[in-house]
Amino acid sequence: MPRRLPAALLGASMALLLVAGPALACGGLIGPNGAVNLLRTTTFAGYHDGVEHYVTAFQFQGGGGAFGSITPLPGVPSSVEKGGDWTLQRLIRETDPPAPRALFDALAAQSAGAEVIMQVQIDALDITVLKGGGADVGQWASKNGFRLPPDAPEVLDFYAKRSPIFLAAVFDADAAKERGQAIGDGTPVHITIPTPNPWVPIRILGLGKAADARVDADVYLLTDNQPALLPTPTGSNGMTLDNSQQASQSLLDDLRSDRGMGWIPSSGWLTKIAIDADAPQLSYDLAVDASGQGVPSWVQAGLTVPVQVQIVDQTTTIRALLAAILAIGVLILVLQLGRIAGPRVATQA
Amino acid sequence: MPRNRARLLLGAGLIAIVVAAGAAAVALAARPGPAPETAITIEIKYSHFNPSAITVPVGVPVTITLVNDDPIDHEWIIGDDTVQQKHRTGTELLHPVRPTEQVIPALSTRVTTITFDHPAVWKYICHLPGHEAYGMVGVASIVR
Repeated sequence: MPRRLPAALLGASMALLLVAGPALACGGLIGPNGAVNLLRTTTFAGYHDGVEHYVTAFQFQGGGGAFGSITPLPGVPSSVEKGGDWTLQRLIRETDPPAPRALFDALAAQSAGAEVIMQVQIDALDITVLKGGGADVGQWASKNGFRLPPDAPEVLDFYAKRSPIFLAAVFDADAAKERGQAIGDGTPVHITIPTPNPWVPIRILGLGKAADARVDADVYLLTDNQPALLPTPTGSNGMTLDNSQQASQSLLDDLRSDRGMGWIPSSGWLTKIAIDADAPQLSYDLAVDASGQGVPSWVQAGLTVPVQVQIVDQTTTIRALLAAILAIGVLILVLQLGRIAGPRVATQA
Repeated sequence: MPRNRARLLLGAGLIAIVVAAGAAAVALAARPGPAPETAITIEIKYSHFNPSAITVPVGVPVTITLVNDDPIDHEWIIGDDTVQQKHRTGTELLHPVRPTEQVIPALSTRVTTITFDHPAVWKYICHLPGHEAYGMVGVASIVR
């Protein structure tokens, strides 16, 4: 079984975690022998003055060694830094009242077809921002030890058609342990992305998951106005609108006082979306129109591609040709009949 | 009677159109199944084989070109149920590449030539973890 060879060469410690969410928020994790799980995650996506702020945290349970994740981004980030200490926890409290270093170097050495545009280390996370098509990023990931699941090529293309920017993160569980970071502790990451239109990747959450696997995640949005969302969270589509109201002043003040959160505006609209879906159900992303115009983008929701490319097979072409011939024939027939049966002017002397 | 003539013409024309369209549809539907081929290209895209069904002849060398358009590695293992089961359970850790057992690295092409010695219906499958369940399965009809 030659298939075992690549895995062996990559090193037994390099598992694959393909993930994450827009906010890195939530993500799918593929670990060795199913020993590692990415727990339910919380993501915060704030949009103000044309800048999208993603704050999320990775939490892992079980396993050891290194894990990687890939997150599609709506644009090139201007910064990737450690997130605030309590932003996510404070958001949860608002809506749900209480009740590897060597590997990093190796990543830098192999960029494959993708362009490495930023590298940052945050605690036990080694983060690389990539620019490239789905094949480029997939090849980069494969060469850097990510064991991509079979749905990865299609999912990476799904995102690259709209935004060729990806964030790859490697979490070194052993390094985290050495740092005194317990399994289950989250590492908050704050990504700042100037973009005219915010969106939150959702489909990526189902990456590598079996058809009967569930995806659980919470996404918080803070926008200047009440946002219009596409798809609309209906519950039946795997998304539920758990909260939608003017953000309280105490929440905004608390968030603003956290590290890197000085951008929080003096007022805003807080939205919480709970994702609870079968993995195959998540075939879309979440488009957000925070302008007040109420027109979220179908392209950003992944419901249509930027440029419509229609592929037809030979049989379809023949059928279309036959239909055209038939239509022309009918038209000619009608015209002929009209000429024959049309009113004749009776001329009488 | 010009009006009767027109009706006759209209009826005849409609019948001719219906007959022509029907004949075309029958011709399309009744196309014979694929003849055995001795040179086949199988494209791998989004972790699926295309075509997912091939027909090959017995006793003649068949050249199969495997084009992997995905940025991940794939396998193409062709054989009967016993062969497939052996690969599923993975008792053979490493072995050299065989004509019927190919590894196609990401974004690459492999060519293999096989002479099938008896009629059968075999499957070709990628046995990398999760790939068969995702749909990387094809059927090879080996015919005289």
